[in-house]
Amino acid sequence: MRAFTLSVLVPLLALSLCGAVSGASELDEVMGLMAARQHGRVEFVEQQFLHILNRPIESSGELRYDAPDRLEKRTLQPHAETLVFAGGVLTVERAHGRRVVDLHAYPQVQPFVESIRATLAGDRSSLERWFHLEFAGSLGRWTITLVPLDANVKRSVAQVRIDGMRDQLLKVEIRQPDGDRSLMTLRPAARP
Amino acid sequence: MTVRRAWAPLLWLGCVAFAAIVVARAHYITDLSAFLPANPTPTQQLLVDQLRDGPASRLILFAIEGGDAAARTRASALMVNRLRKDTQFSMVNNGAADDQQSDREFLFKHRYLLSESITAERFSAAGLHAAIEDTIDNLASPAGLLFKSLLPRDPTGELLNIIDQLSRTPSPKTQEGVWVSDDGTRCLGLAQTTASGSDSDAQRRASDAMRAAFAAAVGAAAPGASAAANGLQLKLTGPGIFAVAARAKIETAAVRLSIASGILVVALLLVVYRSLPALGLGLMPVASGALVGIAAVALGFGAVHGVTLGFGVTLIGESVDYSIYFFIQSSRQHGDAGAHSWQQLWWPTIRLGMLTSVCGFASLLPSGFPGLKQLGLYSVSGLIAAALVTRYVLPTLLPAGFVIRDVTPMGDGIARVLVRLRGMGSAAVATLAAVLVALSIATLYQHRESLWNRELAALSPISTAEQNFDARVRADLGAADVRDLVIVSGPDLESVLRSAEHTARALQPLVDAGVIGGFESPADYLPSLATQEARRSSLPGAPELRANLQRATMGLPIRSDRLLPFLEDIEATRHAPLVTARDLTGTSLNAGFQALILHQSERWNALLPLRASAVGGEIDLSRVATTLEAGNVHEALALDLKQQSDALYAGYLGQAIRYSLAGLVALTALLLIALRSLRRVARVLSPLALAVLTVAAGLAVCNVQLTILHLVGLLLIVAVGSNYALFFDRQENSADAGGEALTLASLLIANCSTVIGFGLLSFSRVPVLVALGTTVAPGTFLALLFAAILSPRRGSSAAAAHA
Repeated sequence: MRAFTLSVLVPLLALSLCGAVSGASELDEVMGLMAARQHGRVEFVEQQFLHILNRPIESSGELRYDAPDRLEKRTLQPHAETLVFAGGVLTVERAHGRRVVDLHAYPQVQPFVESIRATLAGDRSSLERWFHLEFAGSLGRWTITLVPLDANVKRSVAQVRIDGMRDQLLKVEIRQPDGDRSLMTLRPAARP
Repeated sequence: MTVRRAWAPLLWLGCVAFAAIVVARAHYITDLSAFLPANPTPTQQLLVDQLRDGPASRLILFAIEGGDAAARTRASALMVNRLRKDTQFSMVNNGAADDQQSDREFLFKHRYLLSESITAERFSAAGLHAAIEDTIDNLASPAGLLFKSLLPRDPTGELLNIIDQLSRTPSPKTQEGVWVSDDGTRCLGLAQTTASGSDSDAQRRASDAMRAAFAAAVGAAAPGASAAANGLQLKLTGPGIFAVAARAKIETAAVRLSIASGILVVALLLVVYRSLPALGLGLMPVASGALVGIAAVALGFGAVHGVTLGFGVTLIGESVDYSIYFFIQSSRQHGDAGAHSWQQLWWPTIRLGMLTSVCGFASLLPSGFPGLKQLGLYSVSGLIAAALVTRYVLPTLLPAGFVIRDVTPMGDGIARVLVRLRGMGSAAVATLAAVLVALSIATLYQHRESLWNRELAALSPISTAEQNFDARVRADLGAADVRDLVIVSGPDLESVLRSAEHTARALQPLVDAGVIGGFESPADYLPSLATQEARRSSLPGAPELRANLQRATMGLPIRSDRLLPFLEDIEATRHAPLVTARDLTGTSLNAGFQALILHQSERWNALLPLRASAVGGEIDLSRVATTLEAGNVHEALALDLKQQSDALYAGYLGQAIRYSLAGLVALTALLLIALRSLRRVARVLSPLALAVLTVAAGLAVCNVQLTILHLVGLLLIVAVGSNYALFFDRQENSADAGGEALTLASLLIANCSTVIGFGLLSFSRVPVLVALGTTVAPGTFLALLFAAILSPRRGSSAAAAHA
């Protein structure tokens, strides 16, 4: 049961967290900049377009990244929820409880976890082990498209599109195989 | 004489034949119930039931170690696939996600009967509005997206509610999809056998099947490589495995040790007698005693514990002495004359020695432990039979011209050594004795706090290492061995489930207040029919629900016509039967449920194991009990199982100590009546007391904590040693004081056979036998030594003159 949850949840989390780091013009340059980045903190607004609903639902909050492998998605609206991924363990904290999940248990999720780690570490070769990568645009305005290679992963996520400008992420769009999609728009967080 | 000659052997033959029939037809039990209470209170009965037949007793836990993580995972998966096809197992689980599909289907199908949030209000327009809004909010978070496809059928999110309900129980850590230990170095899993845990034959077959499946899995994963080659190892643990191991150990120990000590004693006797007829006749009392002893136990208890047979060697130790005394002591004169004068001169002493032993062993009879009761009856009846055979049957069977080797030279040799020992002078002997007593008492006093081991586990034939391994695997699997629990009883499943629900409501405030970390209940898996019925009847009819839904979805981003499958499912549940225990079969939830339900003939019990609130925290059971009382939950009982079973054992230990002291008093009284002299009684008892003190102090020095079996051993020192002391006493006080050499020789040989018999027990791997061996072997030798040294000089001067 949890395996199922996570195969959806982790890629979404992982990819939304990728938004916390910045990019560069050419793929290798983007990778190089990411490797240099130690911390990231942005605000997000996420819209989910689900065919079952009449209108999109919206949530917002804050994303954080600390090198080498700590990711945090803190949703504030409409309901507080914190997802923390650190050292291979995912912790989900909500108003009515806390759940800790060891991601080592879910091999189908492994590539996604590795993809975040690799992206944040600027490790292009590791990224390409799991995804088909496409880079378009220029340093000033670029798009990276990731298509999972693994069939299991493909079942929950069809494609991920990351839009960026120099070392800033602008948008992360995740398309699901059934046509539903989520769009996360990012902007630098106000200083606390 | 001729009349006697005729009846004694005939009577003996008849008795032996009858005993042989009883022994052959007797029922033998090899489980651990020898150490469980004979007349349990209802609480103890529950403990015993659970140990013997409870679903927990059918669990076999397994761990795969060694190799690398990938090899372990692969072996685990292949092994589990194989075992799932084996009908010996009702459940095999290693945490792999694929078997959770059936759980998911079960939970989803019955969600409106299983979810705790089902009430009439939930299906009102307002209730539906809130529930659906909540579910849609969940969709916005990644965690809720799982349920996206379920929304049309489950807009109120009941599946998530049930999963939350069940995940109150902590689940094991997983790695690559299978359960692993906390440090990740072991793959874990569990299997439940269809056969009861006390059926050790079936348990052995099941564990063999698991080992075979593992070997095949390793072979399939890496063709040509054995398990040893890639370093993989399968370890099994659990009550059934323990029972199999315990039985094997006890059987092996009983058989091997009996054979080994038999051979050694036979060799000893052959060397001494140098006569095959003498050997054959000499073993008669032992064999008759053992046969009569087992028959008496079979008749008295209906079944014989394997452990009792293990003690068979103890009889070799004591009753072989009788024939040794008879042959050697009667060898002064030949044939009938020798036998006759032996009956006159020595039989009364042997009879008294036998009676003192009986006094000692009789103190085991009232014990609460079936194992000790049986040992007591076995020894008492066996000793009496052996003594009677020696007295009445042996003399009639002596062939004409029967002679054994003259052991007088040997006796003379011992006498000379004794003379030298006694040459130290009585003052020196007295000083030595006093120093020994002082040292022993000082040692015992120093160890007084830790002298007795009051834990039941001390008697288990399972080694501490194996017990620790079991505890570790259990902790990793979250099946931490249940210590604190609440038990509810009732006449049927429905009533205990209702009581469990009632209890859970009473316990919840304790969880909220952090007094306990949480608890499990069988009703988490299967609510009572009453609860299910209440939920089912709270589901509205289709027209009403449709109308409510229409109003509920106003202002929500979903149209009610998208939720038609929801209406259909509710309607279906309204007309579907309630969920019963049978519906759980085939899901992994069944194991969790079964482990918490005990069914014994007309009694049902539900177990609600309690979890401590923090790691290492202790549960305040009295607060739990008070809360249950305040909540009017009278059918529930809060228990600390380890404390219960240890209290049980400590009670028996205390009882055994009291009975042993009573046995000593009886023994002293017997000696007073027979010897009619306080001085003589003191002389007989002092070497025994000295031997017992020395051995107890010696064990304490070696950091051995005394158990109930050490107590039995101390009792045996007195029982066997009293014979020695009585012979020296007779030597000193008899008008016919001749033949000290023969007496000494017979005593030394008798003692050798005892030390051999018990000494061998020390090499066994069964703690109860080791306890007995390490106590009795040195103890009887010391008793003989002390009796010889402390006896007055009169006999020795005669021996010195002879030399």
